[in-house]
Amino acid sequence: MATQDITVVTTEDLAHESASGMPQLNVETFPNQIFWLLIALVAIYYILSRIALPRIAAVLAERQGTITNDLAAAEELKLKATEAEKAYDKALADARAEAQRIAAEAKAEIQGDLDKAIADADAEIAERSAESEKRIAEIREGAMQSVEIVAKDTAEAIVAALGGAADAATVNAAVDARLKRGAA
Amino acid sequence: MATEAETGGFNIHPMDQFIVSPLFGDGEVHWYTPTNVTLWMAIGVLCVVLLLVVGTRGRAVIPSRHQSLAELTYGFVHKMVEDVTGKEGLKYFPYIMTLFMFILVANFLGLIPAAFTVTSHIAVTAVLALAVFFGVTILGFVLHGKKFLGLFWVTSAPLALRPILAVIELISYFVRPVSHSIRLAGNLMAGHAVIKVFAGFAVVAWVAPLSVLAITAIYALELLVAFIQAYVFTILTCIYLKDALHPSH
Repeated sequence: MATQDITVVTTEDLAHESASGMPQLNVETFPNQIFWLLIALVAIYYILSRIALPRIAAVLAERQGTITNDLAAAEELKLKATEAEKAYDKALADARAEAQRIAAEAKAEIQGDLDKAIADADAEIAERSAESEKRIAEIREGAMQSVEIVAKDTAEAIVAALGGAADAATVNAAVDARLKRGAA
Repeated sequence: MATEAETGGFNIHPMDQFIVSPLFGDGEVHWYTPTNVTLWMAIGVLCVVLLLVVGTRGRAVIPSRHQSLAELTYGFVHKMVEDVTGKEGLKYFPYIMTLFMFILVANFLGLIPAAFTVTSHIAVTAVLALAVFFGVTILGFVLHGKKFLGLFWVTSAPLALRPILAVIELISYFVRPVSHSIRLAGNLMAGHAVIKVFAGFAVVAWVAPLSVLAITAIYALELLVAFIQAYVFTILTCIYLKDALHPSH
């Protein structure tokens, strides 16, 4: 008992002495530290390799996948939008062309109607003027005959007044000859 | 230094925070004894679970803040491994992630006042660094056989220089685990010890404001160091892994 007490005291003294120096160099504590260190390292390694690291890797991969998918979806939507814009532009251009076509057709139709109306009008004018000319010619003819009759009557009256026996046929022939010469 | 401080009325024990002590009772520290190392490593494992497992339980495509943090951490290390080692290195991503998470969490937990910083112990960082060293070396020989030795035979150098370069390369290769482990433990230990020293000075009234300011500043620096050292350890691991995967220069 006594010897044991003494040894305990001396080791404590020794420990204290070495502790006042550098406890790091106290070789007696090395096995203890190394033992617990190995246990701690193995524990951390198992926790990391079995649970933590695969889980985090999975989460990161999933996030990467989500981001990639979202980007792809965005790209697709953008493409769709571009296509829609193109379709809209095309529809607009078509509508414009159609409108122009309809306008041109309407114009052509109106032009045709107009031409026809002008032609009709021209024809009517020509007809009317022809009729008028005819009537003028008739009137002129009438006038000439009247002049002839008046001239023959007048010539017969003059011949009678001068005392000659007026032969109607001779007077007529003379007047005709005169009129023809006058007309010529 | 220590005796001067004690005689001057100070009671500064900047290294006491690194003492490994049993959680229950006051006996010897056997290899199986639950100690403050056990406690803080357990808290570290819990934090990793909290960050990477609890945070991602929603598996949401649009992440919550907590899940974003987990994804950010994952992405950070994943990108690092991919950038440095290429696609074929991603097979070893879980191992590297384990190292990074352990060191990161341990570094940050160590910054909680009265916490125990497991990564400030050379025993811990040496095991980590040696695991990387042996893992990478064995992997190199398994993947490439004797060709892995081409790592030390710089074919782009003149023939006469090659043996000398081979010796240098060989030495630097074996120094890797040393620098790899001491860099981490040393940074953490120094920072924490400095904070403790300044905290000790705060006992004196007229130095106290300065001391508190200094602690604040160093604490901010240590936050940075906690992350950077985890990052450095991890990226060096990636670089060593790259050597094993592509031994030709």
